[in-house]
Amino acid sequence: MSVLVYIENTDGQLKKSAFEVASYARDTAAQLHTDVVALSIGQVNQDELHKLGQYGIGKILDANTEKLATFVNQAYASILTGAAQKENAHTIILSNTFSGKALAPRVSAKLKASLISGAIDLPKAEGDTIGVKTTTFSNKAIASVSLQSPTRVITVNPNAYPAKEQPSGQVQIEPYNADLPDSDFGTMVKEIVRATDKISLPEAEIVVSAGRGLKGPENWGIIEELANVLGAATACSKPVSDAGWRPHAEHVGQTGIVISPKLYIAIGISGAIQHLAGVSSSKTIVVINKDPEAPFFKIADYGIVGDAFVIVPKLIAALKAHKGIG
Amino acid sequence: MKILVCISHVPDTTSKITFTNDNTTFNTAGVQFIINPYDEIALSKAVDLAADGASSITVITVGDASTEATLRKALAIGADSAVRVDAQPLDAWFVANQIAAYARANSFDLILTGRESIDYNGGQVAGMLGELLGLPSVSIAKSLSVENGQARVEREIEGGKEIITASLPLVAGTAEGVAEPKIANMRGIMSARTKPLEVIAPIAVEPLTKIEVYDTPPARGNVKLIDENNIDELVHLLHTEAKVI
Ligand SMILES: Cc1cc2nc3c(=O)[nH]c(=O)nc-3n(C[C@H](O)[C@H](O)[C@H](O)COP(=O)(O)OP(=O)(O)OC[C@H]3O[C@@H](n4cnc5c(N)ncnc54)[C@H](O)[C@@H]3O)c2cc1C
Ligand SMILES: Cc1cc2nc3c(=O)[nH]c(=O)nc-3n(C[C@H](O)[C@H](O)[C@H](O)COP(=O)(O)OP(=O)(O)OC[C@H]3O[C@@H](n4cnc5c(N)ncnc54)[C@H](O)[C@@H]3O)c2cc1C
Repeated sequence: MSVLVYIENTDGQLKKSAFEVASYARDTAAQLHTDVVALSIGQVNQDELHKLGQYGIGKILDANTEKLATFVNQAYASILTGAAQKENAHTIILSNTFSGKALAPRVSAKLKASLISGAIDLPKAEGDTIGVKTTTFSNKAIASVSLQSPTRVITVNPNAYPAKEQPSGQVQIEPYNADLPDSDFGTMVKEIVRATDKISLPEAEIVVSAGRGLKGPENWGIIEELANVLGAATACSKPVSDAGWRPHAEHVGQTGIVISPKLYIAIGISGAIQHLAGVSSSKTIVVINKDPEAPFFKIADYGIVGDAFVIVPKLIAALKAHKGIG
Repeated sequence: MKILVCISHVPDTTSKITFTNDNTTFNTAGVQFIINPYDEIALSKAVDLAADGASSITVITVGDASTEATLRKALAIGADSAVRVDAQPLDAWFVANQIAAYARANSFDLILTGRESIDYNGGQVAGMLGELLGLPSVSIAKSLSVENGQARVEREIEGGKEIITASLPLVAGTAEGVAEPKIANMRGIMSARTKPLEVIAPIAVEPLTKIEVYDTPPARGNVKLIDENNIDELVHLLHTEAKVI
């Protein structure tokens, strides 16, 4: 019995969420009195993989072949399942990233494993089963779920579990390969479009978000500048992306992306229940709104009542002074 | 093309979420149910694809008789026929197995789901269906088109998108932007009454998870209001109190 954790990379660089999920897997293994093994798929060099040693990973399976250089859902799921069987892993952990969301259900179906998406704490043994918590009803409730199959797959949201260093000592990297049938290659990546200059919203620690209060797309300059100063990603409310002021990928909420950054700054957003569903698990929430009755203030930690067009430039200046820039 | 659209019957987004039986059961009293918003996008996409006149759209739900109103809405929007698997949806594995059994017997070219349900938020059914049926799957499609028996899909990734091609049959979970939402018109509503709605018995499947109990998320403290002329105070609090910058 062991815990297997899937380690993701972007162009050969381990993702930030990979270290979080490595920490989660290491702590899960401790909780279940077993060992942790990592699996990396794709082209990642050895130095990069060695970084996992700082997070308590002692053994890494390295599935590094040309054919697996880009994401192929079925093939990756087969590799993950094969590795789990080889390592006799009964708990398989993935980050709930876009690729994790694609892989976890397939892996769980292959293994007839219990699947829990977006765990918010470590699994706990409860007699024959293990229990874990997740959010449901779009963040309005927390469910305690028991995983009844002897094998289980758990995904963890980016930013939900902190990456904590805990050196493992030695890191052993073992090449891992499996023969895959052609039928595992039902999808093929033609092109990857990446906004390289931008911080990825689901993984961002700080998010600056704006709504209809900004009046029009031409006013987003101050939002982008604030995000720049903070090293933050930008987000928006649904009507803003519906109107085409911002891309759909920035839309957060019940029907958009669900995020849990350390800091969420909401500017000119009223705080409708559907919006809050996507952001209410942020650790700290700052609301800037000219209406003191805006519902968003009810769940905010800090609030400023006033005109965004006056406050945001002042906030940018104050932050620059704090950081000693400009 | 034969298209199957999976429909989840979910509480309206503004519903107050409460529980009964010692917090073990979702309290449906007074709750308005709707088609899961992402499933509405999936259905709208199917309607667009079926505009070629050579396609059929079946909608399927796993649920009790109360879900039939939701299926009728789907018929009004443009599905040709509806199927209800007469069972409580016990977990995503149970649901996926029910849909897979129906799909196996009726071979579809395209199976659409939403990217996730807005009640249980698992985002699990599409991938499980793909695996159970031995088909490729895309969990979160941002755009989808079909040409010459091949699908072109944009898949969301962190900080961008991947453009992929996939062979049919394909299972795809749709996100916002895949199609403009379609609204039922009077003709649709009238014809929905007479379109076929078949009720079938579930197959025997053991669920693999069980929700033991629900809690409400911890309440946040009161908001600290900061004067707009004292922005430095906010920066100071974020640095020293919240420790987030
Ligand atoms: C099924 C369904 C799903 C939905 N899903 C989502 C979702 O996922 N995400 C989402 O965001 N919404 C969603 N919505 C929409 C949601 O109900 C709200 O309509 C939306 O969030 C409002 O966006 P907003 O706050 O930007 O705009 P508004 O509600 O118009 O609020 C604008 C705010 O800006 C303030 N303001 C105006 N001028 C200024 C100024 N100069 N300075 C400072 N403040 C100012 C106003 O006081 C107001 O509070 C959904 C709705 C439905 C029905
Ligand atoms: C009385 C009751 C008890 C429940 N108890 C549990 C429990 O103990 N454990 C548990 O995990 N869940 C439980 N559920 C939740 C229910 O099983 C989920 O709806 C199901 O697991 C699907 O998972 P999901 O909602 O996460 O779907 P997702 O995977 O997020 O849904 C993705 C897509 O799959 C399709 N889909 C989802 N559900 C259905 C459906 N019912 N019919 C047709 N298509 C569908 C839709 O297209 C949807 O957009 C219970 C539900 C009810 C009503």
